[in-house]
Amino acid sequence: MIGEHLPVLVVVVPLITALLIPLLTRAWRGTGWGLVSASLAFSAFGAIQLLVEVLRTGVPARYSMGDWPIPAGIEYVVDELNGMVLVMIAVAGTLAALWMHQSVKREVLARARRSYYTVFLLFAAGLMGITITGDVFNLYVFLEIASITSYVLIAMGKRKQALYAGFAYLILGSLGATFILLGIGHLYMATGSLAMLDIAERMANDPALYSSSVVRTSFAFFTVGFAIKMALFPLHAWQPNAYTQAPSGATIFIAATATKVSAYGFYRILFTVFGPRFLLDELPQIKEAILLMCVAAIVVGPLLAIRQKDLKRLLAYSSVGQIGYIMLGVVLWSADQTHLDGATGGLMHFWNHAVAKGALFCVAGALVYKTGAARVADLAGMGRHAPWTSAVMTVAGLSMIGVPLTAGFWSKFYLCTGALEVGRPAAIVVLLVSSLLTAVYVWRLLSLVWFAPKDAEVKVDGEVPWSMRLPALVLGAACLYLFFQPIHLDIARAAAEGFMK
Amino acid sequence: MTCASLLDWLPSHWHYLVYIVLMMIGLYAVLAKGNLVKKVIGLNILQTAVFLFYLSIGHIDGATVPVKWHDDAVYENPIPHVLMLTAIVVGVSVTAVALALIVRIKETYGTVEEIEVLDIDERETAEQEGDAPA
Repeated sequence: MIGEHLPVLVVVVPLITALLIPLLTRAWRGTGWGLVSASLAFSAFGAIQLLVEVLRTGVPARYSMGDWPIPAGIEYVVDELNGMVLVMIAVAGTLAALWMHQSVKREVLARARRSYYTVFLLFAAGLMGITITGDVFNLYVFLEIASITSYVLIAMGKRKQALYAGFAYLILGSLGATFILLGIGHLYMATGSLAMLDIAERMANDPALYSSSVVRTSFAFFTVGFAIKMALFPLHAWQPNAYTQAPSGATIFIAATATKVSAYGFYRILFTVFGPRFLLDELPQIKEAILLMCVAAIVVGPLLAIRQKDLKRLLAYSSVGQIGYIMLGVVLWSADQTHLDGATGGLMHFWNHAVAKGALFCVAGALVYKTGAARVADLAGMGRHAPWTSAVMTVAGLSMIGVPLTAGFWSKFYLCTGALEVGRPAAIVVLLVSSLLTAVYVWRLLSLVWFAPKDAEVKVDGEVPWSMRLPALVLGAACLYLFFQPIHLDIARAAAEGFMK
Repeated sequence: MTCASLLDWLPSHWHYLVYIVLMMIGLYAVLAKGNLVKKVIGLNILQTAVFLFYLSIGHIDGATVPVKWHDDAVYENPIPHVLMLTAIVVGVSVTAVALALIVRIKETYGTVEEIEVLDIDERETAEQEGDAPA
């Protein structure tokens, strides 16, 4: 019986637990992190089960709220694409919640801790809601739940700059969300429906809709709105400050999932709602424009990262570049819809980047835990005193570059073959240049960690507690495991085939 | 669009102009004003413009409220109204969080001017990084 309701439970359990935390932690002190990780572990379990089921049957799992069929009701749909994103969010959330148990005591004010866990779990529920819903307006509501809570999470950072970082994101994030709301309004105006699959059907049955200026305006609003939310260059201005100032536990989760969920939203709106033909036949110039933005992000992100003195800020700029890889999947496919390597690579990068960036932010968090700040210079000599943490950093760093034997290799490999398939060899050059730039900043970190001079002052003089080491090790091991067992390859390919139909 | 077609268009579509003008006022305030409170006011104007846009797309001339009075009545489309109820709640929450942050910013920085806040941030970041060996 529970299995039947799994799609909604995955979102509702964290949502309700979040509201219970202020009550329960009053009775049982200090259990906030336990409640967060338990409810997210439940979601992870449910999400994995849903994904396995979808892969086995090849049919999306659909759940109608209150048994109201679409278009009257709200529908939750799980297919390969969002099943993959859902698992990513729930697993990253669980690990981040386990990780932050110790660090919250040092990074969040005592009186704010209880609400910190509530907000964190609400944020996770919002992200999962965005992912699982099959209704465009429901997507907006969950987007706002996730946005408002992320503003609060960021502003809860210990330094006072966190307040302004949160506020700046609030202004830009609200602008982005308002644009998405306008996009939904125009879409509703043209099609008279809010359910994604229903809109898609109406678009397919009425070719006049594709050339309608209302539909095009709607697409423009969606593109700009999601581009702000996913920090696609040059709309990334809010992101580095937000990642730097947020409490480390929140940064791990936000960096591993938040911008990717917005990228997923764009994939979903473009491929499921508008359909791939829309971009190809009606707006080929927009496809070129997105490609240009991706290329700019891929080159400028690591370029800006190289000079940073703050580890969290360095990793934030590297995320600006990495989101470009994910968005390359949106443009690297061809008209006959058989060349899917580019899209596959972009989708695989959801997991590859989540594990690598999650692991790296765990290391940054460990640095903050030990020294109180995330200065790159303080990494010197860490390898001798904290070998586990340093090993995680090495593996995850290599995965960011895309070195073989790490997961990051696969996304670059498939993006490269995808670029060849659609006749854009120039994209390969861009990918290689970006890998080189990434190698520069990763090398700068690793040389400090392992090859610091013997007499250098060592700030990180020991390992962090096991509760922080373990999640980092799991993420680091996943970087290796996903190279040898690329389970996400089949899922990504099935997802790409799904939306190219 | 020619002048004549504009004149045809205007009587039935003037509400779109209202929404565009309001939206631009809001957007201008958000982007150009340096005072954080004014930015939030701009955000509210922007959101209100979107509410009006939604309500106007559900409007039918001569229609009545969507409550079943008698069978032959023409009803307004209620869905945009329902959607905007949700969006208004969202708008209020965003404003509440924004104002709470502004209060905290005023407490810690002693100002609500964006430039002054950024100045203080920049100075302190420079000091912090000056301490650290590069």
